[in-house]
Amino acid sequence: MLKKRITPCLDIKNGRTVKGINFEGLVDAGDPVELAKIYSQNGADELVFLDITATHEGRKTMLEMVKNVALSINIPFTVGGGISSLEDAALLLKNGADKISVNSSAVKNPNLIKELAQKFGNQCVVIAIDAKLIDNKWKVFLNGGRIETDLELFAWAKEAVNLGAGEILFTSMDHDGTKNGFALEALKKMSEIVNVPIIASGGCGNMQHFKDVFLESKVDAALAASVFHFGEIKIPDLKTYLKTNNIEIR
Amino acid sequence: MKVTIIDYGAGNVFSVKAAFERLGKNAIISADAEEIKSSDLVIFPGVGHAEDAMAQLKKSQIDLLLPNLKQPVLGICLGMQLMCQHTEEGDTEGLGIFEDLKVVKFDPKFKVPHMGWNNLIDTKSILEDVNEDVYFVHSYFAPISKYTIASCQYQEKFSAALQKDNFFACQFHPEKSGEVGSKILTNFLKQI
Repeated sequence: MLKKRITPCLDIKNGRTVKGINFEGLVDAGDPVELAKIYSQNGADELVFLDITATHEGRKTMLEMVKNVALSINIPFTVGGGISSLEDAALLLKNGADKISVNSSAVKNPNLIKELAQKFGNQCVVIAIDAKLIDNKWKVFLNGGRIETDLELFAWAKEAVNLGAGEILFTSMDHDGTKNGFALEALKKMSEIVNVPIIASGGCGNMQHFKDVFLESKVDAALAASVFHFGEIKIPDLKTYLKTNNIEIR
Repeated sequence: MKVTIIDYGAGNVFSVKAAFERLGKNAIISADAEEIKSSDLVIFPGVGHAEDAMAQLKKSQIDLLLPNLKQPVLGICLGMQLMCQHTEEGDTEGLGIFEDLKVVKFDPKFKVPHMGWNNLIDTKSILEDVNEDVYFVHSYFAPISKYTIASCQYQEKFSAALQKDNFFACQFHPEKSGEVGSKILTNFLKQI
């Protein structure tokens, strides 16, 4: 039986882990390689690293970090942020990333998804989508939630999958940082309209939120950051809790 | 002990090398026929598209070398699929080590790729006693056959690992399968 995945997410700026509240007000939460090792040893099923550095130096630091992570852990990990070409992706994969995630660059150039899937296989290509409910419509946002687009979440998700995305990482900006639980309705709908794995993101505050998202939607993975970074939820406790609630967990 | 990871431009060779290093074994990455032939163990990784990968193998003539190796060989993921007779991906002829075994696509009614941790069942040979979760990520699969040494259940039971004489292969990624993966690679290292 395929297990549900617990996915700690590390936002990286200049080689350090940071996590904002609603994408603003960043707080330092440690060294990414050390955190990655701890999560891996504690039973995380995979990791996501999102590079929020924009500078050239920052990008080089990121490659070095990816390499060190790959040397240190033996679980899969995804790297996203600032990937806008086949070359960017190739470098990250060569340095040990298992999957790469694209967001704004794919909206601006949807063909990128197709090219990445053809070159590296669709299992390597994660489409990350940030969206917000506006007038009863889920609107897609770019650049870390700063730019609103006309794209509708579900239509974009479908298109991305048709272009070759092998997984969707959906972050509800309305829920992110609130710790009030995942965007259950949207995730439920999403997992009914696409047939690739889905990672739920945004809003996790306690163990019950993981249970709810796995029981009420067909998502495959649930992502969280600060609750793990600050030790509010311990992964072994979370896994025991989910197993007790009859959720298939490694 | 000399461990060589075949580099044909279609693998996550870095992660595989790192996995052996964590076990205290240095592995070299090479596409050179002499290097490969003189190794005690050969790893045949693979991530990407079968058709492109097969073209790369032919270009470096590894397609002729690999089926004739006498030392233990371990194919991983796409490497395993290319060791079969044929794969539906790009309608590609494989190396035919696992004779007559044809790799097919998962029914798109199910979520594809089959991605994540799933447990091994019906295990034998080097996987005996390994019934834990390992990490899979693939859209095509080899059905159960006489070569199957471990199975896994997704839309149906499929081959999670294969063996024919000195040729071993796994659909999952031992290098990404945590402690269980390390145990499997250690078992493989004992094959010499």
